[in-house]
Amino acid sequence: MTLPASDIGLQGAAVRPGQAQQAPALGPTTFPQTPVERIIQPAPERYRNAIGKYRVNRSAACVGCGTCAKLCPQGVHVKPDGYTFTLRPLDHKCVGADCIGKDYFCVDRCPKKALTLSRNPTADTLGDPRWTSDLILSTWHMAETGHAPVGRGLEYRHGASGGGFDRLGIAIPEKPPAKIDLSRIDTGLNLNRRGDNRPQVHIDIPVYGGGMSFGSVSIHTILGKARAATAWNTFTCTGEGGYPDRLKPYDGHVITQVATGLFGVREDTIQRVRIIEFKYAQGAKPGLGGHLLGDKNTPPVARMREAIAGNALFSPFPFHSVYSVEDHKKHVDWMKEVNSRALVSVKVSTPTDVDMVAVGSYYAGAHIIHLDGSYGGTGAAPDIAKKNIAMPIEYAIPKVHKFLAAEGIRDKVTLIASGGIRTAYDVLKAVALGADGCVIGTAEMVALGCVRCACCESGRGCPRGIASTDDELMMLMTLDWATQRLINLQNAWREQVVDVLSRLGLESIQALRGRTEFLYYMAKGEVAK
Amino acid sequence: MPDRFHVHTAVTPGRFQRVGKYGSVDWREDCSRCANCVKHRCEYEAYKKEGVHNRDPLAPVQPLNECKACLSCVQGCTKGLLAISINPEFLAMGDEYWTPDLIATTWNQSDTGKIPVSGAGYRGRFYGFGFDSIWTDMSEIVRPTRDGIHGREYISTSVDVGPKPLRLRFTADGGLATRPANLIELQFPAILDVPPWPMNDASLALARSKAAVALKTLAVARPDCLAKAPSERFPNLVPLFSSQQEAERWDSVLSQVRMVELTDSPDVLVLAKLLTDAHLALIVCVRMEIRGGTADRVSMLAKSGIKVFHLAADLHGCERSVERPRHLKDTLREIHGRLVRDGVRDEVTLIAGGGIGAAEHMAKAIICGVDLVAVDTPLLVALGCRVCRGARTDGNACLPGESCPAEIADARVSYAAQRMTNLMGAWHSQLIEVLGAMGIREVRRLRGEVGRAIFMEDIEREAFGDLTRK
Repeated sequence: MTLPASDIGLQGAAVRPGQAQQAPALGPTTFPQTPVERIIQPAPERYRNAIGKYRVNRSAACVGCGTCAKLCPQGVHVKPDGYTFTLRPLDHKCVGADCIGKDYFCVDRCPKKALTLSRNPTADTLGDPRWTSDLILSTWHMAETGHAPVGRGLEYRHGASGGGFDRLGIAIPEKPPAKIDLSRIDTGLNLNRRGDNRPQVHIDIPVYGGGMSFGSVSIHTILGKARAATAWNTFTCTGEGGYPDRLKPYDGHVITQVATGLFGVREDTIQRVRIIEFKYAQGAKPGLGGHLLGDKNTPPVARMREAIAGNALFSPFPFHSVYSVEDHKKHVDWMKEVNSRALVSVKVSTPTDVDMVAVGSYYAGAHIIHLDGSYGGTGAAPDIAKKNIAMPIEYAIPKVHKFLAAEGIRDKVTLIASGGIRTAYDVLKAVALGADGCVIGTAEMVALGCVRCACCESGRGCPRGIASTDDELMMLMTLDWATQRLINLQNAWREQVVDVLSRLGLESIQALRGRTEFLYYMAKGEVAK
Repeated sequence: MPDRFHVHTAVTPGRFQRVGKYGSVDWREDCSRCANCVKHRCEYEAYKKEGVHNRDPLAPVQPLNECKACLSCVQGCTKGLLAISINPEFLAMGDEYWTPDLIATTWNQSDTGKIPVSGAGYRGRFYGFGFDSIWTDMSEIVRPTRDGIHGREYISTSVDVGPKPLRLRFTADGGLATRPANLIELQFPAILDVPPWPMNDASLALARSKAAVALKTLAVARPDCLAKAPSERFPNLVPLFSSQQEAERWDSVLSQVRMVELTDSPDVLVLAKLLTDAHLALIVCVRMEIRGGTADRVSMLAKSGIKVFHLAADLHGCERSVERPRHLKDTLREIHGRLVRDGVRDEVTLIAGGGIGAAEHMAKAIICGVDLVAVDTPLLVALGCRVCRGARTDGNACLPGESCPAEIADARVSYAAQRMTNLMGAWHSQLIEVLGAMGIREVRRLRGEVGRAIFMEDIEREAFGDLTRK
């Protein structure tokens, strides 16, 4: 079978007769077809009232003197020219307690004592031990500005779950061992380590986007992820809900997922991408398969999935054609045959024998082993599964890394971790534990305004329009805004990765892999930095 | 293959005042009364439903407090007048073990019988006390998994209660010397237990017996609560006797029930022999509190002929009367392991109670070595209990004359039974999810399968053992 270049999205690339039957030589590709510029610019909150950690109240005693507007370096107080009174405080910009005692502290300096500062009770309703209010607010800040909220009174490096990444610290020396030019620090990864003459696929950041199906999230969310991935020369993933036509301009940065439901999977969708992902299991519902509730199976979603609108759609876990590593190899071979240039990623959950699963996947021909830990995100999953089934990713990474190393194949496969990667620091810790890179999902959703209310699964879906295919709700967010928020988030994360690597004296993210000497484990009750 | 077991659930809204997690704060004095009010656009119609309730005192209480804290109204209000906060009454429910979220999810399951499903990832602590430091295993490729969950294959949740002879013995002339196995097959690995603290249990016991019939399991009841029970429910009832006098007084019941529970005492062996001699088919279960030395006691009694044990931990699943109480997670493994070493484990049925608060606890207790669990507190929560006794230090008693916000003791039997059935139905479905994920076809095979579980202490050592400590 010889594929026309246009069919695999390689217009201009030379494809000789018969080439598809064998591993093709490395060569330049024309991906992406539609470039997206990597520009960092503000992408402010899309709701009228942004939420901050603090609340600044202005009482009726205010006389509109404008002192606060002149003083505040954060821009909380604004008094436009010609206005008699100052505007309602933009309290989401307030840094709160960090400002107390400074000579520009508005509460102290107000001549009429009209200002008060308190914690915002609404911010306290946000979040949970894994995604704290501070983490959500700081992710919003990063998505808005493209930079970490340093000095803004927000803990942006970790959550408060009391374990895993939240008890792991990065041992940053007080003085860097060597001065490193920040511009020389390489945060990129080569994803093909098999040496099988399939094309090398390089990503510029050690992170790519996880699978989210059309149906579980809106088309704007899908496209925003794809465009941001294009801007950062990394990837997003279709999930198992099919490959919307509007993704085609970004084929070079899209991973086609082949999951147990095979919803919308066709030869065409496999052939047009550079990476194919076999999803055996999802961390949030390991061993259970996907579940799209009927309300979210709208007519467009049903068309894409070749199903009947309104019916709940289950993925029939497991692959009913895979009951052994040999069966698994047949699947991988099948994918490689259908697309002779693509890398194959195998996404598995984290059972007790995850190390054996990883080795089996490598010998079956996988280029990428993607471990999805049990605390990962989902559009819908039984609560009992999210909490209790399979191990968190923090445990699985070193288990697999060490086993692959002992097997002598660690450098021949790319190990990607996901399921609970919330921050740039989580990425660094995952890499130090032994992963090559990470896949994120929830962090992207939070960047788009998710408050983790956990209502993605039913009715019209996400009330904030992120994980919804409802015609009205999905229009709460524009594509340009979504794209910019995600580009900004990746920039903020990359800046933090570069900063930490430089302080560790490392010139690349790959140099950090498996370097557990850079980690320390906090005593119970302590919080890691 | 046995008949497929199915729990018949039915939507049964609670009759108690529900405590919602979130409340909205509305600074109305600055409202501009704009035509774009966010309250009208609430995706969940929370404001509208509360308005209906304000106008109609007979409106059902269920739709109240449906705010999901999506913050769309807070962020969309033209004047920024709205705020959301966590209801302090919600936070005051229960204690550190019976958390407000656990109570609320139990209410939801009792309403509908459906398993809790939600979006986004796990939201809790990385690990916690007791069962919260165990993860169950899964399999990437082994059936029955999803097929079992949706009924295309059958995952059995049945367990046998009673003495299980390991081998047959024959007389010299070839006759069977072993008494035939006398087992009660339950279709669900949980029995419904008496309340864990003193309270009026009369109507609740009737409700438990009704639910036990529906669930094809057993309900424990004190004998004075049996008088009003219809006779057809007696096979599903387990009278609890604390003395020989009590057993003799209720002797008429013993020919109608299949199992009795005897509170452990120095003469429990004598009493057990008296009962089984008088009623050959009767199964005797010894109920004992888990405290220091329980494994020794169980071992001794098992060798002496007692083959069913109900091991009762305290409200939090802990040992009683020891300086550093261990959780069921540890005590059950010790007791199970002891019986394995004694070579008698397969002859014995172990039932664990106290601190079983969620479906996952049932699965994890079985992994730790018991055959089935006893459910007590969740049955009260199903009826609206907020476990306010759990936070008290004066004996955990619902005192006579004290008001119960849920008026549990007055609940109608049919209402209470259906709520209990719904809750257990939801647990049953969740147990199947866990078994399916592991690729296990029957819950009997889950017993003591610690190799199919991940224990925090072990995996921490394996994953982080080589890291520097600070």
